[in-house]
Amino acid sequence: MTAPDITMEQMSLKYDSVTALEDITLRLTGDKIYALLGRNGSGKTSMLSVLSSFRPATSGSVKIGTEEVFDNERATLQICFIRDDKNVYEEETAKDALAFAANFRPNWDNAYADRLMNMFQLPYNKRVNTFSRGMKSALGVVMGLASRAPITIFDEAYLGMDAPSRYQFYEEVLRDYIEHPRTIILSTHLIEEVESLFEEVIILDQGKILMHETLEALSQQGVTVTGPAEHVDAIAQGMTALGEKQLGSTKSVTLFGILSPEARESIKQLNLEIEPIGLQDLFVHLTKKQKGV
Amino acid sequence: MFDERSPIYLQIAGQIKDQIVRGELQEDEQVMSTNQYASFYRINPATAAKGFQQLTDDKILYKKRGIGMFVSQGARERIIADRRERFFQEKVDVMMAEARAIGIPWDELMDYIKQREGADSQ
Repeated sequence: MTAPDITMEQMSLKYDSVTALEDITLRLTGDKIYALLGRNGSGKTSMLSVLSSFRPATSGSVKIGTEEVFDNERATLQICFIRDDKNVYEEETAKDALAFAANFRPNWDNAYADRLMNMFQLPYNKRVNTFSRGMKSALGVVMGLASRAPITIFDEAYLGMDAPSRYQFYEEVLRDYIEHPRTIILSTHLIEEVESLFEEVIILDQGKILMHETLEALSQQGVTVTGPAEHVDAIAQGMTALGEKQLGSTKSVTLFGILSPEARESIKQLNLEIEPIGLQDLFVHLTKKQKGV
Repeated sequence: MFDERSPIYLQIAGQIKDQIVRGELQEDEQVMSTNQYASFYRINPATAAKGFQQLTDDKILYKKRGIGMFVSQGARERIIADRRERFFQEKVDVMMAEARAIGIPWDELMDYIKQREGADSQ
């Protein structure tokens, strides 16, 4: 069964006088892995909280399939929202927390939860408030993955997990997604670590959608061209330069936009070096530029 | 695993072509699935699928509905013809430019090639 689409239309969220999200229109089709990127305070957690029905939007609509999500149990049962902390009632043991989740998650897989608990070496019979930060994060990850919810959201769920655990998490996300396709939204600052998992990328900036593209399309939107300054300048003419560096007569320019066939041809003729820009670099450049220099 | 300079899906397509050229994948033999590629390289299956799409567009692979992807008849010849076409420009010209830049005379280059050719054919 395909996960339902998520549709947000002209959704805004205001806290008193502060506008956290403004006019968000977004359609996420089911069964894909999405990246939600944005600088601190860009509105990622606000958007995910509205999507998960933790708070109502101030205006506009947020739908799962055809149903408005807020105060709608049928819709919210399909969503599992995991943060780095406070995913469970911490006076409980991990065992009780998992039993509670198993009880209201229709697709919960107990055997899978066990396997993940083992993988992250988490104890069942200790109270969660005795866990280290990394262990709490890992418990959240276990709950998110084992829920097999049609829409599973990890909001910086890795915080506190060390590098080996994070890589186990990424690997598990991909493996379980392949076996049980569903919609997975990952919000993260560690872009380079997870980039290859994504199919589509949403970038939020100052409460607005700055970009929503496939990873493939995004990676074609930036290149770094390096070579003799005069040739590089000629290529860069008429394009948006996101950054440039010069070392003696060698220049390196990072360009946003798709190169024309003519530009590609002369890059080849002139033997200039060309490299695709990574998602992380593109993100840094795009969100820096928005700050209005 | 991947060099950063070309998109992953092109590198996957390139690897499959290499296997066909070396004879590790024969005509009408089944290729690993996009999901198998995705798990192995830890990439999104849609990215792997894009590499496969390119190979079917180029008629290197064909699809049997519900079964999987297979190597087309004549795929090896087509890949080789394409690579021969680009060989002199992409490999030899680059080598000659480098030899010129660092001052290796043609005679020395030719001698080296002849010597290697002799060694390799023994």
